[in-house]
Amino acid sequence: MSAYAYQLLRHRAIPNLDRLEVYLEHGGFKAFRKAVTEMKPAEVITEVRNAGLRGRGGAGFPTGVKWSFLPNTLWPHYVVANADESEPGTFKDREILEGNPFQFLEGLMIACYAVQANLAYVYLRGEYWQQNQELLKRIGELEQAGYLGDHLFGSDFALRIRTHLGAGAYICGEETALLESLEGRLGQPRLRPPFPATYGLFGKPTVVNNVETLANLPGIIEHGAVWFRSFGTDKSPGVKIFSLSGRVNRPGNYELPLGTTFRELIFNHGGGIPDGRTIKAILPAGASSAIIPATEKALDTPMDYESLMALNSALGSASVIVVDDTVNMAWLVHKTVHFFKHESCGKCTPCREGTYWMEQITRRIVHGEASENDVELLNSVASQMQGKCLCALGEFSIMAVLSGLQHFKSDFFASMRS
Amino acid sequence: MNQLLSQHTEEIKRILDNYPANQKRSAVMPLLYLAQAQRGYINKQTLTEIGEIIGISPTEVASIVGFYTLFYDEAGGRYRIQVCTDLPCALRGAEEFLEKLCANLNIKVGGTTADGLVTVEEVTCLAGCHRAPMFQVQDEHGLSYHENQTIESAMALVEELRNRHLQPGKEDAE
Repeated sequence: MSAYAYQLLRHRAIPNLDRLEVYLEHGGFKAFRKAVTEMKPAEVITEVRNAGLRGRGGAGFPTGVKWSFLPNTLWPHYVVANADESEPGTFKDREILEGNPFQFLEGLMIACYAVQANLAYVYLRGEYWQQNQELLKRIGELEQAGYLGDHLFGSDFALRIRTHLGAGAYICGEETALLESLEGRLGQPRLRPPFPATYGLFGKPTVVNNVETLANLPGIIEHGAVWFRSFGTDKSPGVKIFSLSGRVNRPGNYELPLGTTFRELIFNHGGGIPDGRTIKAILPAGASSAIIPATEKALDTPMDYESLMALNSALGSASVIVVDDTVNMAWLVHKTVHFFKHESCGKCTPCREGTYWMEQITRRIVHGEASENDVELLNSVASQMQGKCLCALGEFSIMAVLSGLQHFKSDFFASMRS
Repeated sequence: MNQLLSQHTEEIKRILDNYPANQKRSAVMPLLYLAQAQRGYINKQTLTEIGEIIGISPTEVASIVGFYTLFYDEAGGRYRIQVCTDLPCALRGAEEFLEKLCANLNIKVGGTTADGLVTVEEVTCLAGCHRAPMFQVQDEHGLSYHENQTIESAMALVEELRNRHLQPGKEDAE
């Protein structure tokens, strides 16, 4: 059996890929050079659009389409790399930043060329303090080596990259909250429209792309859209890094084609459930997931954007949390709600108040202090939040609650009695 | 006189240069990190000094400190041990780990050891879910991750921090 050819986690096959000379030996910056010297910006956008690359941060929006929204009448344009990875269960961008940082930077540079941005920011969560230190060194090396600066490859294109550290706020992963934070304000989402494509960083047209999304770009430019589409499914092309965690023998990141089944990820790659226990449920998108009961049919579901929507859940950033039969789902729902209550930015009332009350009610349930009416009250609060929050944080906070009540209601009563 | 500015003139210039000249406000978080590295938290004088540098009110700077969890407005232990107990970590025993760690240090969650060395805090996801129990240590020099932890390894680290702190000549004059 030939070894799997990694596209994103290439550092697992190539030692020291985080060193510039090693990255260059393995074809590094060929794609960026090709884009700048042989392609028009519009051709880069077309190639990425044809590849069908979809945003890997969670929303799954087509990257090339997002780029094409920037008006060529308003300047300057900015590109912001979203490295604020904070969804419980997600640790993929961290591995790219640590192991394969130049591929991420090259992707960012290609994105900048595509939308003709001369300045890019990498917004890292504050906890990635060490990763930021390393990234700054690498950006310095790229400036020294002439891959960043003025007149790149003898062209008129100039590019500089800066980094900006967040300081512990999950909401800053939401792109408009991220931009507010980068402007020195509270990380609270903006009302949209206008979208960042027309009114983004400093009020200028801006693209915000996730680290993993950007790391896909050198491959697309070097090998083309057809090559990219030879992986994954028709509507969800390419490979994806699945962050596997929870009650599983081998948690970790797994780079697999989109459309791989849960069963293959959890049992073949992840080594199954510890201590001979049975799998009970799956949260495919971290704490933001609608919980999927782990039926045989669910385990055979391909992990791609459409198939998970058909299961009334979502792929999100593909952070697969595995739950075994020892876990009480009322406790699990309380954990997720506690997270969202802590991370709610407080700007909109449904989320601020809703997450607060859901946390109170689930706490009572878990601590055996609830009345039978509290289960219905929880359902009522969650249902009333639906569709009324300013951003996805509030909308996601009710996913585990409603799906937990739908599929595992007896756990809530069991927890009450105990 | 603006002490922060006079003590870190070059560094502050470098920070401001990262942003367009008319967008100085963007520097508020890097400036808070710079100031916090001096004494571990942000005091009122710093709010005023940062406000002066970027042209916003001290109240606005204070709102940033209040919003973001990595900034502090009061002193804690010299080292903050921040244990993640979010769902994926909890499924790998992080809640019991936190409880035992605090019991071993004879403090409550959020408390500081009697010698002022260590504060233990419960935090949300740190992107180390696959290597739980895990925590980060925040001190004046930055942040470091400690993963696949046991009570034994965590207590050994506390001992190491204690020794580092007590080494003659290494102690800061405050």
